[in-house]
Amino acid sequence: MMRFTAIRLVEIAAMLVLMSFVIYALIGLMPGDPIDLMRSADPRMSAVDVARLKLAYGLDRPLLERYLAWAREALAGDLGYSRLFAEPVAAALLPRLGNSLALMGSSFVIAFAVALGLGTVAARRPQSRLDTAINLFCFAGVSVPTFWLALVLILVFAAGLGWLPASGIAAAGTSDIGDRLRHLVLPVATLSLASAGGYTRYVRAAMREALGQDHIRTARAKGASEARVVFHHALRPALVPVTTILALSFGGLVSGALVTETMFAYPGMGKLIFDAVMGNDYNLALSALLLAAATAMLANLAADLAYGWLDPRVVYR
Amino acid sequence: MKLPVLLLAAIAIASFAGPPLAAALDIDPQAVELLDRLAGPSVSHPLGTDELGRDVLFRLLKGGRVSLSIGIAAAIAAAALGTAIGLAAGYLGGWTDRALMRATDALIALPLLPLLIVLAAIDLDKLGLPARLIQSDDVSLVRILALTVLVGWTTSARLVRGATLITRNRDFVRAARSLGAGTPHILWLHILPNVLGPLIVAATLSVADVILLESVLSFLGLGIQPPLASWGSMLSNAQELIATAPMLAVYPGLMIFLTVIACNLFGDALQQRLDPRQRRS
Repeated sequence: MMRFTAIRLVEIAAMLVLMSFVIYALIGLMPGDPIDLMRSADPRMSAVDVARLKLAYGLDRPLLERYLAWAREALAGDLGYSRLFAEPVAAALLPRLGNSLALMGSSFVIAFAVALGLGTVAARRPQSRLDTAINLFCFAGVSVPTFWLALVLILVFAAGLGWLPASGIAAAGTSDIGDRLRHLVLPVATLSLASAGGYTRYVRAAMREALGQDHIRTARAKGASEARVVFHHALRPALVPVTTILALSFGGLVSGALVTETMFAYPGMGKLIFDAVMGNDYNLALSALLLAAATAMLANLAADLAYGWLDPRVVYR
Repeated sequence: MKLPVLLLAAIAIASFAGPPLAAALDIDPQAVELLDRLAGPSVSHPLGTDELGRDVLFRLLKGGRVSLSIGIAAAIAAAALGTAIGLAAGYLGGWTDRALMRATDALIALPLLPLLIVLAAIDLDKLGLPARLIQSDDVSLVRILALTVLVGWTTSARLVRGATLITRNRDFVRAARSLGAGTPHILWLHILPNVLGPLIVAATLSVADVILLESVLSFLGLGIQPPLASWGSMLSNAQELIATAPMLAVYPGLMIFLTVIACNLFGDALQQRLDPRQRRS
């Protein structure tokens, strides 16, 4: 187990180094470079100025050399400056990471609670009308385009009924917790509705599997109540594969709900990555993408480890 | 099984046959009628008109042609790429297998949408692609196909690799090998037929994924570009008029939703039909 974890950690580190180079190179392939941007902001710049600036910023040097210079600074803790937010990259990242955690965390809790309930109910009466209805709900959740769901919710609850704010994180100038919660309702509803379907399918399958085991029959035979059979004997083994899903979806936390955050103008990591890429904010895009990739890979490892820990039959070598 | 198939067939037939039919009947629903902008439903325009007075229903069908074509083409191409990679990994084994599977795992673990956005924003001029391609109207189509194939092959690669590992040492494969059959022959005739079922299921389900992915990228302005239009890019345009004409945004999304859910239901039903062990119990 230790050896397995160590090997995986080394692999993840190697992947991140490789990815940092690939993303660095890809960003270099996006339209425009920092000097072009300066030039478009100030038309009085001459070709001589451009050449001088390229020399001063080292943009005339080869890609690998520039990458190594970036890597040296990044490893020393300096991620550079964000053009879009006019503050150091780390200072731009941190609050948005917190916002994403709040959004994704609460959506996850809600979606998971819904999935546990629906999945268990559906698994107890397979092929019943209720099971069919829940199955349809699952497919709807998996199939709905998130941006469209967000749009419809905005149309109905913000534009139509006027019950809830359509965008942002708080009304200007307030730091009221109720106001913040009201701003969270629609994005959280979008994300939970879109993800509950997939989770429900997993819970149902795991519960079906668990309810078919011999020890369930034994528990029923010795006269355990239905509630005890379902919640004590079946739910616990069923939660093993479900925990894996939990850990895996944690990996999505940092890249955030890019689409949902963009739709609701919610200042989280997903919107930050989108804005950074679209706004030619190279430093910020690079750091945010790497952070997202690192979290996703670590979550993947955590999922594997959790599986082995919860199910003693699984052995990693 | 019947309902999703019927729904898919209806959407596909309407999308592919609608526009030629309109042309044959000498109706030009694409005609811009500025006096008839944002009109409600009527006999001549069943779903009303858009901000340029074009018929909404007709535009939906044309967008469907683009979305469906991308979905089907990319799913097939991704399945083919995944099959090649899976066969190579499973049959060659050793370092090839390890490297390919690591790449597959990594691709699955990565946050795809943020990375796709970077890839979609790349300046094709800097890649040194031929100018004829870059300046053509279809460049956004080619780009989105490439992107979806690039991230879509992992499921089929894993499937094919697994089946290859199981099959390659079965007696009939050994017998074929001892009779002097070459590797291509064995792969094509003895191994591939054994994965065809699950592969078709995976490809069907990935049509749904591709359509969703294309719609997201197009919606964000990084996918299909004018003069082409897909459901995603139509929704993107309609977003600006959301206050005056909300239905313009609702229809394309509804089409995406119906198509994707039909694909998913169909793929699921297919899976249960082909593999009785996976039947919902």
